[in-house]
Amino acid sequence: MTNTSLRLRAGLVSIVLLAAFLGIWHLATRSTGTVATMSPEYAKLMGLTATQGKSAMPGPLDVGAKLWEHLRRPFYDNGPNDKGLGIQLVYSIARVGAGYLLAVLVAIPLGFIIGMSPLLSKALDPFIQVLKPISPLAWMPLALYTIKDSSISAIFVIFICSIWPMLLNTVFGVAGVRKEWINVARTLEVGTLRRAFTVILPAAAPTILTGMRISIGIAWLVIVAAEMLVGGTGIGYFVWNEWNNLSITNVIIAILLIGIVGMLLDQILARFTRMVTFPE
Amino acid sequence: MTEKFISIEAIARRYPGAGGATIAVFENLWLSMARGEFACAIGHSGCGKTTVLNILAGLDAPSEGAVIVDGQAISGTSLDRAVIFQSHALLPWRTVLGNVGYAVSSKWRSWDRARVKAHAQTYIDLVGLTGSEHKRPSELSGGMKQRVGIARALSITPKIMLMDEPFSALDALTRGTLQDEVRRICLETGQTAFMITHDVDEAIYLADKIFLMTNGPGAVLAEVVENPLPKDRGRTDLHRHPLYYALRNHIIDFLVSRSKNFAAEKPDHDPRNVPVVHIGKPGLTIAVSGDEQRQTRIPGASPGMTA
Repeated sequence: MTNTSLRLRAGLVSIVLLAAFLGIWHLATRSTGTVATMSPEYAKLMGLTATQGKSAMPGPLDVGAKLWEHLRRPFYDNGPNDKGLGIQLVYSIARVGAGYLLAVLVAIPLGFIIGMSPLLSKALDPFIQVLKPISPLAWMPLALYTIKDSSISAIFVIFICSIWPMLLNTVFGVAGVRKEWINVARTLEVGTLRRAFTVILPAAAPTILTGMRISIGIAWLVIVAAEMLVGGTGIGYFVWNEWNNLSITNVIIAILLIGIVGMLLDQILARFTRMVTFPE
Repeated sequence: MTEKFISIEAIARRYPGAGGATIAVFENLWLSMARGEFACAIGHSGCGKTTVLNILAGLDAPSEGAVIVDGQAISGTSLDRAVIFQSHALLPWRTVLGNVGYAVSSKWRSWDRARVKAHAQTYIDLVGLTGSEHKRPSELSGGMKQRVGIARALSITPKIMLMDEPFSALDALTRGTLQDEVRRICLETGQTAFMITHDVDEAIYLADKIFLMTNGPGAVLAEVVENPLPKDRGRTDLHRHPLYYALRNHIIDFLVSRSKNFAAEKPDHDPRNVPVVHIGKPGLTIAVSGDEQRQTRIPGASPGMTA
């Protein structure tokens, strides 16, 4: 009862805040009437910004209209520099998915081995500590030089940025499995492989999934920057291309969509995390 | 002492201490138990009771010496030796049935799902948890969790049950009920059991034989006390038995004073032939009369007199 009313009130506050934001945005960017008289030809050249005092920043109504246009035709393809937003997002999500899945395939088994072996854990620690803080984009020239394919280089950058949180969390989760659970498996003469799957994996799963959730967030942050660099397709390239076109409206729409997709990716991983979390 | 079902022979456990020195928890420890016997080890914290249990379980290895169970030297853990952990150690992502079933399917790997379930269910019923099979450990009380721990240990029909202070985290009432359950099950199944406890009354109620251990480091097994109370003792009239207080006082005297300076008082203590104490019988290693007199000196205080 109190819980639902809290949710209701919070929702109301959210709507009020959104309305206030849109209102202020609208007021700040509206036309203020003619500013200067000028020759009609010059005015034509200058556009509405000069003739009607309209802000160069699009208002919420412009963005809304443009967004509606995009949503109606998300998958059109008019050549390399004019593709629907849906296509661009699919490209970005596919790149993130490929790099991320590769990272999962490497980080989780590797993390398992490192976590179960104190020797490897200590031996590999300096390498991980050095490699982890490297900005993923710093790898880009090296990737482009060795791989010689911009699209695969972008996937590699996603791979390298999402591997560390997963690797470290898997190591941490596996090494931190409660001794008594391991002892239960030992007294039951459970073999190493069965122990890994029936005791260590479920015990470490919440920590591993948390690492995966951090990774998907970072991967989505990095893909925009990576695509700005490699170009061609993707939402990051779209942002840069629209900036070159001086279409601030499209840039704002892209920002909004990047946020929404990022939130959805995070929510999917959050749901998986909840599925494997156990109460103690 | 005729048949040695479990025989701990000259085991030592040492840890590397500070500055390259080694700290011995105990040295040259000998201990034996017969089949079907219920033994309790009592001693202060740090006397190596848990180490002995872990070595028996195979979770820890002695630095020296050997442990022989049923005629074979043990190495590592075994499904013949089940452990009931102090902290119950249930897998929280599994249900009650899942936890017991995990043990059952570990022992009989070729069994199908239905058979594992039926077998696990028998032991869940045995510990009185019928109806809670599909609950997770987080939904159970402390006593119920420990019941699952007991069911899990029993379900693999071990030769020995090893219990590391299994009831110390429970409230007194629950502890009493669980002690009754464990005693009933062990008597019914003729289970050999080794339990570590801090609780003197628990030891008197459950054990046939009580191992008294001195303080560590360098702990020794000082005495083996045979429980003089009848096998069919009940919780309610336990304290009315004429030998109850003699036994209890003997153990408490040991814990309070003798466990500290045992080594100094008995320099000729032979760890291989630990004195066996029979309380209330003639020809004893210790004079029990003093204890009994102390009881009878207090009129009305001895339950034996008022009965």
